[in-house]
Amino acid sequence: MIHIPILRAGRSYRSLNTVRVPHIKTGEPLVEVSQANRGLIAKDLLDIGLQKEVLGQRSAAELISICKKAARLFATETLPLDGTVQSPTDYIQQVSGTTGMPEALCEQNLFKIQGVLENIDTVLDGLTRGLDLEVLDTGWGTQNGRTLSYVCETDSLGAVLPSNSPGVHSLWVPAIPLKVPLVLKPGREEPWTPYRIAQAFIVAGAPAEAFSFYPTDYTGANEILVRCGRSMLFGGGSTVAPWVNTPRVEIHGPGRSKIIIHEEEQNNWEQYLDLIVESVAKNGGRSCINASGVWVTANGREIAEALAARLARIEPKPLDHPEAGIAAWANPKSAHSISSLIDQHLKEPGATELTTGDRVVELDGCTFLRPTVIWCDDAEHPLANIEFPFPFVGVVEVPSTQLVEAMGATLVATAITEDASLIRDLIATPLVDRLNLGTIPTNQISWDSPHEGNLFEHLYRQRAFQFG
Amino acid sequence: MNLTRKITEARKSLDAHVREIIKWHFSPKTGCPFWLEFAENLDFDPRKEIKGYADLKCLGHFEDEWLRGGPVRRWVPKAYADEPIYVFETGGSTGVPKSRISIRDFHIDYEIFSESLSEEGFPPGSDWLMLGPTGPRRLRLAVEHLAQHRGGICFHVDLDPRWVNQLVRYGKNEELDAYKNHVISQALNVLRAHENVQCLFTTPKLLEALCEKISLPKVGIKGIFCGGTEMDAQFHRFAREELVPGIDFIPTYGNTLMGLAACKPFDPADNYAIIYYPPHPRAIIELVNPENPEELVDYGETGRVMLTTLTKEFFMPRFLERDEAERAEPIPEYPWDGVENLRLLTELQESVVVGVY
Repeated sequence: MIHIPILRAGRSYRSLNTVRVPHIKTGEPLVEVSQANRGLIAKDLLDIGLQKEVLGQRSAAELISICKKAARLFATETLPLDGTVQSPTDYIQQVSGTTGMPEALCEQNLFKIQGVLENIDTVLDGLTRGLDLEVLDTGWGTQNGRTLSYVCETDSLGAVLPSNSPGVHSLWVPAIPLKVPLVLKPGREEPWTPYRIAQAFIVAGAPAEAFSFYPTDYTGANEILVRCGRSMLFGGGSTVAPWVNTPRVEIHGPGRSKIIIHEEEQNNWEQYLDLIVESVAKNGGRSCINASGVWVTANGREIAEALAARLARIEPKPLDHPEAGIAAWANPKSAHSISSLIDQHLKEPGATELTTGDRVVELDGCTFLRPTVIWCDDAEHPLANIEFPFPFVGVVEVPSTQLVEAMGATLVATAITEDASLIRDLIATPLVDRLNLGTIPTNQISWDSPHEGNLFEHLYRQRAFQFG
Repeated sequence: MNLTRKITEARKSLDAHVREIIKWHFSPKTGCPFWLEFAENLDFDPRKEIKGYADLKCLGHFEDEWLRGGPVRRWVPKAYADEPIYVFETGGSTGVPKSRISIRDFHIDYEIFSESLSEEGFPPGSDWLMLGPTGPRRLRLAVEHLAQHRGGICFHVDLDPRWVNQLVRYGKNEELDAYKNHVISQALNVLRAHENVQCLFTTPKLLEALCEKISLPKVGIKGIFCGGTEMDAQFHRFAREELVPGIDFIPTYGNTLMGLAACKPFDPADNYAIIYYPPHPRAIIELVNPENPEELVDYGETGRVMLTTLTKEFFMPRFLERDEAERAEPIPEYPWDGVENLRLLTELQESVVVGVY
């Protein structure tokens, strides 16, 4: 069986404690993943400063060129996998096998990660707003006639990662050219992508010491969050609750991303259906940047009905089907319990499901949830502003003056409006993390714009500096 | 004597011991009020019907609810009514703690255990640091007695594991860290100030925390008796290879209800599996089918821990613990069943905060 080891500052370690992750279709173990005990992580992290020194000896420019090389290796080359090898096709099949994401979508995610690595200079430009990265090598510099100095606030970036979509791993990648070692805790079903990215970097010439990879349980994850000077934590509810007031831990919870349409007398909503469908359903609707709400000021019911008709065309397909667009559930019980939860909420007045037929579908040995559209005439209804990891969307109608306040925290908001007052409110609210004005799908990322927090600002602080 | 014969002898001595213990606990002269009242509701006399370990089935399964709440004196055998009585509590991570009375049992258990410790790792006359749960727990006094029994003096640090569990339950990481540091700094003071401390009792997590701050071989620690919470093979390996290489590292499993189980002597062939043997015939562990506790699992198979304690102070037949393990074969040192890779029952693993100290 394939084995994925722990990486202790780049050094492979086989644990006596392993978890076997099954192929979701056959139920047979597909991979055995070594699990790090909490104390091992703690012990390694005592020396993380040394790994930072090793990484810091490389210039940012050199690390950027390594990133670009890693981009090609990650997407096109056969890479080491604990004494064996893994081709890109193997990788795609393996990710699909344990997570249930269709192979076609896994491949799209592979290209997304390649894109981030390939365009890392543009990404870094976006994060640093054009800082000359030599400043990170020397600690200070002069740009546009001004003296600048940045201090790194941590010896490592911890990342407690999810299993929902491989593309999410592009978020921590810039840490390497920013000269900060990584301490990665993969999701249970998705050790593949962080391990392969690390291998691509190492083969490309990055110091192996910069990559620590600890599949572990919640106590190990806690250890990472306690000990790393800066971390990112993916999850919701009780997972993130203890950390919400800890600024050194950047929380990536539910996105509740939304499309907002407010057009006064016009009636153009049908033109936006393609954009809405893409925002809701692209990548299997699994990402936090997928829209889970469409908030409008008029025609709500009609929009919801049209959307239901369009999303109903996306049917579950076998995971190796080239047009498969919905992910299967690694844990069928979760699919059933989410479906039951939706049914339970539908019993409360104020919401109507507009999609028809069975929500839970068994196909080719896998369990799927079909796209679901809920029309909410009450913005306070529990289904109005909720996110699930499948194409699920609540359509809500509210007066424009109440819209921003009612929609609450929103990772990505795409607003289609020319109303100056609404635009002003949207620009002013701190509740929206990324704002798109105009017909831009919520899932469309611009390389040169910070996405889900700014990693550079998470890792570095500008300080006053004078040179006499 | 070959192993088969040793196993047979052990079984015989167990049956004789069972008869003696049953006679003691069900005799109006020596027994405790609980078992005497219990016998009144039986339609047979246990002293006549129970001729060996297998016959304990007729008493059913001991229920842990019987140990929650008072009156605690109903557990005191009449024969010991005038002795000084201790009461010890279990962890308390599952509501009202279970309590058990004791007189000398914890001394006896630890004296027996002492025989399994090497003189190199735990030199006679050397002092101890007990860095583990204190308060209403048996361990605190038991480890002190072990130290005294071996001619040493035991130093202590206060530690309240229930408070630690609360901090974990509510995600209070910073307070947890502060408490840990508070405990560890006191331990460091003892280790630095008292050169004759060569033996240590501690829990896995406190051992890790201590090793972050100090080199235990450098301060003269020669042996570590580690227990209090579950340990797996990976931790065992990590401790021997990385935390305390060169120190005599003895994992143990003990609890208030059973006493103290000894660990199979280290053998590289076991690949760090932790195999415990209960203190036969004072306590017996059987691994049973969780769905049908009357069915013993085969060697190497996983079963739920069923514990029977058979001392003159405490009789607890066939209690179903919340732990599971693999059934291990008898060995010459311990010619009775052992348990391998003891851990919390799978069905409970997500719902209980266990021994986080």
